[in-house]
Amino acid sequence: MNQLIISAATEGAEAANPLVPNLWEMGVVLAGFAVLFFIVVKFVVPMFEKTFAERAEAIEGGIAKAEKAQAEASAALEEYKQQLTDARAEANRIREEARAEGALILAELKEKAAAESARITAQAHAQIESERQAAVVSLRSEVGTLATTLAGRIVGETLEDDARAARVVDRFLADLETQNAGVAK
Amino acid sequence: MHLPAILPWGAADGFSKQMLLVILSVVIIATFFLLAARKQQLVPGKLQFAGEAAYGFVRNSIAKDIIGGRDFIKYVPLLFSLFFFILVNNIYGAIPVIQLPSFSHVGGAYVLAAIVYVTWIGIGIKKNGLRYFKLATVPSGVPVYILPIVIPIEIISNFLVRPVTHSLRLFATMLAGHLIVMIAGSGIEYLVMQENVLLKGTSVLVLAGAIAMYMLEALIMALQAYVFTLLTAIYIEGALHADSH
Repeated sequence: MNQLIISAATEGAEAANPLVPNLWEMGVVLAGFAVLFFIVVKFVVPMFEKTFAERAEAIEGGIAKAEKAQAEASAALEEYKQQLTDARAEANRIREEARAEGALILAELKEKAAAESARITAQAHAQIESERQAAVVSLRSEVGTLATTLAGRIVGETLEDDARAARVVDRFLADLETQNAGVAK
Repeated sequence: MHLPAILPWGAADGFSKQMLLVILSVVIIATFFLLAARKQQLVPGKLQFAGEAAYGFVRNSIAKDIIGGRDFIKYVPLLFSLFFFILVNNIYGAIPVIQLPSFSHVGGAYVLAAIVYVTWIGIGIKKNGLRYFKLATVPSGVPVYILPIVIPIEIISNFLVRPVTHSLRLFATMLAGHLIVMIAGSGIEYLVMQENVLLKGTSVLVLAGAIAMYMLEALIMALQAYVFTLLTAIYIEGALHADSH
């Protein structure tokens, strides 16, 4: 065994200098490397680079998308704030209007009520006046009748004669009125 | 340093295990990344996430950080292919049974370094025209009387030594790691077969050392893939911005 190793080693040393290449091996390495290089250039690098580019784009696209979304969100927020302010202003305006309208309605109602009360009062006055007139008229006739009847009883003489009775009553009333006027004066 | 070929079996210059592994690495890398990239979704699944993390590492930590600007993306495929091609071929060395980093055979390292060499010189010429060679070899702000010394040094370091160190760094670390682990393995085997019990016992020490070296190698395998790709990015950046260096 040892002999074998030693003899092989000495044989190798005689046969070849390690720095002298075997041309066939060089050819195989050259061909092998050329094939590998071709595959790498043609397939491997483009595939990986494509993925890298896509990934970078996906990330950058995501960032852009996120930025857009954020811009949209802040725009929406602005809009909502604006709308809120508008709505507040609108509400204030409506409240003011309502208050003004309410005051107006109230004044109108007051006016109307006053007018109504004035009307009712006037009507009442008129009614009272007319009733008083009616009362006066009826009183005047009844008083006449009553008085003549009474006077007839007292006098014992009938005063049925209308013409005479009317004359007596008229004279009496005229006296009464002049008396009244004197009292009133 | 050439293993006997698989086809025809045992021949010196046939189809070797190293060649099989190189082809396998192309299949592994292409399959993984095509599967990971196949169903691209904005929210990645586990496989896609792993693929994106791996791709993003080369794209952002190497290409974008070193080359920068807007046109770093043009060089991502080259850096990406280099990184994973070297990484998988290196990691072979840490997988039991396979245990052969492809770049412990110098040919592959030469090829990759040559591709990078042609690439960055091409970029430099395309970007700056033939003036690029002046920009690359005559540093600005150096006193004229030092230029006769500086210019040859720049020529040698940039155009002659650079591709050599670029390839040999990868090759040598892989070969050395491969050798150390293999030698440790053989050493353990040798010590275990000794009849002296004490001598046999020392194999435990070698085993501990071998495990430590194995871990270190695994680290270096990943690190060298990174270093090779990083240097490529630095060379490209230097060629792109030759006028500002």
